Amino acid sequence: MNAEVNQALHQAAPLLELQQVTKIYGKGDAEMHALAGIDLSIYPGEFVAVMGPSGSGKSTCMNILGCLDTPTSGTYLFQGVDVGALNRNQRALLRRHYLGFVFQGFNLLNRTSALENVELPLIYRGSPTQQRRTMAREALRKVGLSDRANHTPGELSGGQQQRVAIARAIVTGPSLLLADEPTGNLDSARSIEIMDLLTAFNRDQGITVVMVTHEPEMAAYARRIVHFKDGLIEADHVSENALTC
Amino acid sequence: MLGNALLLAFRELRRNVMRSILTMLGIIIGVASVITLVTLGNGATRQVTQQIASLGSNLMMISVGKRTGPGQMSGAEAFKIADAEALLHEIPELAAVAPVASSATTAIFANENWSTNVTGSTDAFFPVSNQQIAQGRLFTASEARVGAALCIIGQTVATKLFALQNPLGNRIRLQKISCEVIGVLLSKGQSTMGSDQDDLIVIPLRTFQRRIAGNQDVNLIKVSVKDGVDADLVKRDIERIMRTRRHLASNEENNFNVLDMKEITAMLTTTTRTMTGLLSAVGAVSLLVGGIGIMNIMLVSVTERTREIGIRLAIGALEREVLLQFLVEAVVLSSFGGLIGIALALTTAIALSGIMQVPFVFEGGIVAIAFLFSASVGIIFGYFPARKAARLDPIEALRHE
Repeated sequence: MNAEVNQALHQAAPLLELQQVTKIYGKGDAEMHALAGIDLSIYPGEFVAVMGPSGSGKSTCMNILGCLDTPTSGTYLFQGVDVGALNRNQRALLRRHYLGFVFQGFNLLNRTSALENVELPLIYRGSPTQQRRTMAREALRKVGLSDRANHTPGELSGGQQQRVAIARAIVTGPSLLLADEPTGNLDSARSIEIMDLLTAFNRDQGITVVMVTHEPEMAAYARRIVHFKDGLIEADHVSENALTC
Repeated sequence: MLGNALLLAFRELRRNVMRSILTMLGIIIGVASVITLVTLGNGATRQVTQQIASLGSNLMMISVGKRTGPGQMSGAEAFKIADAEALLHEIPELAAVAPVASSATTAIFANENWSTNVTGSTDAFFPVSNQQIAQGRLFTASEARVGAALCIIGQTVATKLFALQNPLGNRIRLQKISCEVIGVLLSKGQSTMGSDQDDLIVIPLRTFQRRIAGNQDVNLIKVSVKDGVDADLVKRDIERIMRTRRHLASNEENNFNVLDMKEITAMLTTTTRTMTGLLSAVGAVSLLVGGIGIMNIMLVSVTERTREIGIRLAIGALEREVLLQFLVEAVVLSSFGGLIGIALALTTAIALSGIMQVPFVFEGGIVAIAFLFSASVGIIFGYFPARKAARLDPIEALRHE
């Protein structure tokens, strides 16, 4: 049934594709297989939740998907491009133009206003100052923080910080948004706000979202859930929630 | 890309104003001390050159006596007026020759008396010694020849004896003679050696020899060399002629001494330059120390901002953009320090040149060099930390607490 649904959902070519990807840390006896050969295809517009216990390889997988790391063997194709064959700078450019990141720890620049934080990826893209300002303000508006533009992270609550981080991730209009336990440091009310935002960006702007989470309630927002265990994909199924909505 | 790096650098430095200033301090002190010392050194050099030039340009002095050691002369037979005339006659490169005889004498006018130096010479004395008349006139060649009782006085003598009166036309007493003041010399101030160049009375040489010294001696011959002539050659000619005239055998040493003011200028200039150079080197060392200070702070900053670097790399900053950001931060720090140092140096140099009474000589070159040097200190000492930042692994950096 899954295959059918997938086929029905995705007529297009996959946005990203992992083929027999392994990642091995260390050497000899200390060798550790973080990923033991996984296959995974994610199509444009999907909202995928990645679950699994610590050490199951999901973080390693996210690093590879985020082009921060490269597989030891196997192939990672992002929009048909073999990421493993790219050098460090090429991967940086790929992140700059196609990816957005949201982290558990927010990872905003300290002592830097929300607006300047959101501007950061635009600076690296070389957008002109005026356009940069406008786009950053627009992104802040979308996450409901127009009135906090000049506050620094220290002056914002955790939920607000995470919303700034989401604004920073989507300000460039990425193809893929990678969220690593975005609600891990938040209470449930804040978590729901964050999930609503991610769902909205996924639905309204067609941004593909891949999200790591430990919480089934959060995973329920996704339309597809991938379970990792011992470096392998244990299960890959459509969320019940998604079918009903 | 550079514009972005500048923007990011300024944002970062603004966030750490106190630290930025402390980091710059080394560079500020270094640049300030180098520029101050060089400026003051140049002032001192110019002062020395000016003072020597005021003695008379292209001046050589031929004095009696054998030089037996530094500043030590043994006595010898004095020159005669004929010696001076022979020099002028035989060496075409000489512009003027002034035979000089002098002695310390008390000058008296009314109730005032002043112990000064009375110099007997010809009218050539004035151009050769670079003395100019402020009021009145010089004595004529014929007055000099007949030995008229006339005198020309320096500013100091004029002030001491006449105070506010006009000295011209008055008669002052020098030992047994009374001579009329016909001119007052233009003030020349202190000489390099600290003596007052305005404390003198000039009378015709004949008058001096007959009425004061009572002999035909000339103690000193001052000559001025024409422009563009090789001074060494002239000096050799003078020595040759004087040796013949003084009947020195080839195995005898000179019993007179030829002093070229140009040599002295060169010597003194070299001395002040050397001092300036040495002191500037000390300043340059503090610039170096300032550079190490910048490197230290930048390394701390890289460690402290590891997470930030991770964020930037994850967002898509290129290695060279992170490198450039940190490098620009270091260069902005050091060149800002350089600018502040320059401002500080110029203020200090103006103040100190006033206190030390040396002219303030602004030299754009050293300011430019100091600025470029401080900027390059930023590049050199900022590169290592910047490269360290750029090469961080984004995953590791993001995990950094």
